[in-house]
Amino acid sequence: MRSLQTFSTRKHRWLFWLLLCLLTLGAALWSLAAGAVSLSPAQIFSALSRPNTASTAAKIVRYSRLPRTCASLLAGAALAVSGTVIQTVLHNPLASPGIIGVNSSAGFAVALVCAIAPLSQRYVPLIAFSGALLGALLVVGLSQRTRASRTTVVLAGVAVSNLLSAGIDAVVTLVPDALNGVSDFRIGGFSGVSMARLAPAAGLILVSLLLVFSLSRQLDVLALGSDTAQSLGLSVRPVRFVLLALAAALAGAAVSFSGLLGFVGLIIPNAMRRLVGENSLPLLVGSALGGAFFVTVCDLMARTAFAPFELPVGIVLAFIGAPFFLWLLFRQRGGRV
Amino acid sequence: MIALQSVSAGYDKTPIIQDITLDFQPGQVLALIGPNGSGKSTLLKAALRLLPTMQGEVLYDGVNVEKLKRKEIAQKAALLSQHRSTPSIQALRMVLHGRFPYLSYPRQYAKRDWAIARAAMDATGSRAHEDANVATLSGGQQQGVYLAMTLTQDTETVFMDEPTTYLDIRRQLQTVQTARSLAHSGKAVVLVLHDLSLALRSADRVAVLCDGRLQCCDTPQAVFESGVLERVFQVAVHRMETPQGVQYYSSLKEESPCPTFHCL
Repeated sequence: MRSLQTFSTRKHRWLFWLLLCLLTLGAALWSLAAGAVSLSPAQIFSALSRPNTASTAAKIVRYSRLPRTCASLLAGAALAVSGTVIQTVLHNPLASPGIIGVNSSAGFAVALVCAIAPLSQRYVPLIAFSGALLGALLVVGLSQRTRASRTTVVLAGVAVSNLLSAGIDAVVTLVPDALNGVSDFRIGGFSGVSMARLAPAAGLILVSLLLVFSLSRQLDVLALGSDTAQSLGLSVRPVRFVLLALAAALAGAAVSFSGLLGFVGLIIPNAMRRLVGENSLPLLVGSALGGAFFVTVCDLMARTAFAPFELPVGIVLAFIGAPFFLWLLFRQRGGRV
Repeated sequence: MIALQSVSAGYDKTPIIQDITLDFQPGQVLALIGPNGSGKSTLLKAALRLLPTMQGEVLYDGVNVEKLKRKEIAQKAALLSQHRSTPSIQALRMVLHGRFPYLSYPRQYAKRDWAIARAAMDATGSRAHEDANVATLSGGQQQGVYLAMTLTQDTETVFMDEPTTYLDIRRQLQTVQTARSLAHSGKAVVLVLHDLSLALRSADRVAVLCDGRLQCCDTPQAVFESGVLERVFQVAVHRMETPQGVQYYSSLKEESPCPTFHCL
């Protein structure tokens, strides 16, 4: 893959990381401050530092803005890192949790279980994770068994993704209350996110992120192709399985509170490949920060651009993501991958 | 030393190579030749346990390869694969991956690993672009980087699957020279080659594969004299004494006239 490598020279690298951290932090603070009631940095600081303050500002921060900001940061980081891992494992820059059906299998599992047996919200991330893992294993297992080409893996994923999206539609049509409280589930959005629903998923995401980062060396070797990786002493099958399971955990946990956020897992990894190169650790960390930044900014736009009306963040993401995807497709000669 | 004993291997229960008995001697370059689809790459994969054997066994210093861990295999045999992905990373970092089989937990490369990687880049003439991005290098330069990674693995046996394909003539000769000097330092080197004359004049032993079976494995002179090349490749092979040593070249067997293209 050709690379713009804008920031890959050593001289500019620290500048890039500083910029990325500041942008993410800035987006998070702005997301806490902006909304129907604008809050000053001082109000945010006092609400965060003294949890017992009873002022209106403190309540807004604690019960509305903070969960929402955490949700967008976590979902962005999780989906982008999941996308990076899936792309490397499948050797295909056009794969992502959304495209190969991981998101929709997580969504379908959540919808189905909620329709049959409304459970405590604590179990929703686990159900989403199980669904995501099954989806990933179905697509990747089938393709490995038949030694399908990279294109076929993605096509199989699109088929599975469509099937399960239809499944979600069917469940929601038959049992309209199934996804009650998970508004915008089909498009993805963060309105109505509470700390209680976020907490278990947040735990799963943070643990999975750390595990993925710790496997970056294996991911590096895996990226060289499966024959070379094996001859370098990597047990490709188990490592691939663990990495896919972690990618499924990340995407599943994100889907459990954010719904089907599509393009993040595709756009951010590809943008980062061009910005920081394909050395796994910087690529993973960059994807996490970039994803967190991008989703938070999109969510900010979604709820402030047409205030007092609010768009589901999935719509804003798609409006920015779809053109990017097209650009990515056609800048590679003839659309070949 | 790696030895194959009556090995059959292939995909989906269909054997591609059958009943192969062959060993790779230290200090020797062995050229593996054969027409397209004769099973040369499959043989390498079986020797490296990238494919399970269906029959027979692969022995590493007398130990069945199935008893070895992936890492232990990687410390004894390296592969320069024919199919290579070129990630967008710094060349030196890529070469450093050759030390992966020796990493223990926290998986940080030590100073010694960096030194070995740099020395390997020197040996393959790719030190000049150690800071360059692999994805932006030319095909020949990428080959040099991959070869350096294979050397960094520092194994007794080195397999190279078509190391000269797609290279310009100078790089082809340099690659073979690198293989020769590796053998001189005591390693067993196995080259899959399509160029008959290059194989015959640069290898210590030549193994000929056809339809998944080993036709013969002997010195270039003996293989030439046996007539097996003419039978397997369906071409005439000639030998010639030159000031640069013995050279081999080949021509089409039947003296057919050039095909005429009437539609032109």
